[in-house]
Amino acid sequence: MTTYPIDQIRADFPILGETVRNKPLVYLDNAASCQKPQAVIDSIVHVYSHEYANIHRGVHTLSVKATDRFEAAREKVKRFINAGSEKEIIFLRGATEAINLVAQSFGKSQLQAGDEIVISAMEHHANIVPWQMLCQQIGTVLKVAPMNQKGELIFEEFEKLLGDKTKLVAIAHMSNALGTINPVEKIIAAAHAKNIPVLLDGAQATPHMAVDVQALDCDFYVFSGHKLYGPSGTGVLYGKQALLEAMPPYQGGGDMIRTVTFEKTTYAGLPHKFEAGTPAIAEIIGLGAAIDYVSAIGMENIAAYEAELLAYATEQAEQIKGMNIVGQAAEKGGILSFTLDHIHPHDIGTMLDSLGIAIRAGHHCAMPVMDFYGVPATARASFAMYNTREEVDILMQGIKSLIEVFG
Amino acid sequence: MFDDLRDLYQEVIFDHNRNPRNFRVMENANRRVDGFNPLCGDKLTLFLKIDDHVITDASFQGSGCAISTASVSLMTEIIKGKTEQEADTLFQQFHEMTTGKTEEVNLEAIGKLAVLAGVREYPARVKCATLAWHTLDAALKNQQEAISTE
Ligand SMILES: Cc1ncc(COP(=O)(O)O)c(C=O)c1O
Repeated sequence: MTTYPIDQIRADFPILGETVRNKPLVYLDNAASCQKPQAVIDSIVHVYSHEYANIHRGVHTLSVKATDRFEAAREKVKRFINAGSEKEIIFLRGATEAINLVAQSFGKSQLQAGDEIVISAMEHHANIVPWQMLCQQIGTVLKVAPMNQKGELIFEEFEKLLGDKTKLVAIAHMSNALGTINPVEKIIAAAHAKNIPVLLDGAQATPHMAVDVQALDCDFYVFSGHKLYGPSGTGVLYGKQALLEAMPPYQGGGDMIRTVTFEKTTYAGLPHKFEAGTPAIAEIIGLGAAIDYVSAIGMENIAAYEAELLAYATEQAEQIKGMNIVGQAAEKGGILSFTLDHIHPHDIGTMLDSLGIAIRAGHHCAMPVMDFYGVPATARASFAMYNTREEVDILMQGIKSLIEVFG
Repeated sequence: MFDDLRDLYQEVIFDHNRNPRNFRVMENANRRVDGFNPLCGDKLTLFLKIDDHVITDASFQGSGCAISTASVSLMTEIIKGKTEQEADTLFQQFHEMTTGKTEEVNLEAIGKLAVLAGVREYPARVKCATLAWHTLDAALKNQQEAISTE
């Protein structure tokens, strides 16, 4: 690998030059949302300045231009996750909406009362609640595969849950609360051996590693644009074409129809069948720009750089007395969740904020994970492609100082 | 290093966080209400003994951040011996102080509680300070359900 262009990357993100409470910003809340490079910001300004109109609707020049740019973003997403066809790429608001779509459309049409859905103990609420809602609506049953103290899925227990009644596995590719990267190849192989389709929640994985949905052979893959250096309000559902074809629309409206009369409506083909109404046009074009940006640097390079950063941060954290890392899986992405003896995460968050350091303090939309570890909340530093060792040092120095003042 | 935070984290707050006062279960309480702040997971149970409209004893259990722990600890100290009416007035004054509705803090009325005035500069932390008092409010109204700041 040629040297990682960290200085150039930092210069590409204007917000990294901001000061917060008169200190240079140290942004370590990337698992919640990432900052945006100038290229993404520029692409949105460009669309609105030169190429904006509604898409798929007009014969006029601007509408054609906007449609071309929007569909070009679909092509970029397709290449980014190596999907087989752009028909398999559905643009939505985020990972949350994508999971809800699968629960309501796939779930209601393909599952019956008594059928089982398997998730894991480390899911984000977005991969718990839509299934619970489905269970209440049609009587399916939610099964939860346990994890061990390190925050790793207990694979044997997971396998035991796969039975004749299991009709879907829905699992995080990478956990937002712990950083754990799940053994998705093994999970998919075990599920497919029993003809069970698998949905991967890639909200955390996509910014940190190369994803190839065909190599994985997953049936659904979901992620959010805003965690991938793209605009908020964008998300992607990938689904295998045959599965998507068999699913009814999720919402009705414009763009998703072929013909409408008051007696009968026929639906558009993929992907438009699932894209009712005007989408986040400029934002999705911006997501395309974000994908261009990370692709130019290379997901493998980003993954390698972040792995080194996490290893460094972990090593530093282990030397601080009273600091406890929550989530110590062997396979982990750039997330350092932690607690400090006798200091509440909210106090940690406020104190670090006064030093210009942004971390998350709370339950990270994973209350069952907090219950598992018997803590009300954790503090979480999460790394992105633009963070540095110097920033890790500033974080650790801040933590040492606040332990001191709390006494 | 944390100079900017001196108004928020005064020494009194660290002291009450380290050694919370009235931190015990009260067996003979006649009011007991749970308070919960879902945003940060702060949980507390407030116990009161009220005889003839006077709060004769107050205690709490639970876990939370330094601000919420200090707030409930200080509150249990200050309301002991007060009438229900007086405690309710304090609740109103405290609420106004922490949400910045009154610019001037009436030091005489609010006494020691003034150390918590700093939270008004930190909107994300106001609920940490007010949880105890909303729980008290519920207890005074004799509500049984748990209180949530959301
Ligand atoms: C693992 C995981 N799944 C799902 C989501 C939901 O993403 P969004 O809020 O962008 O829909 C998140 C975001 O926090 C996440 O970390």
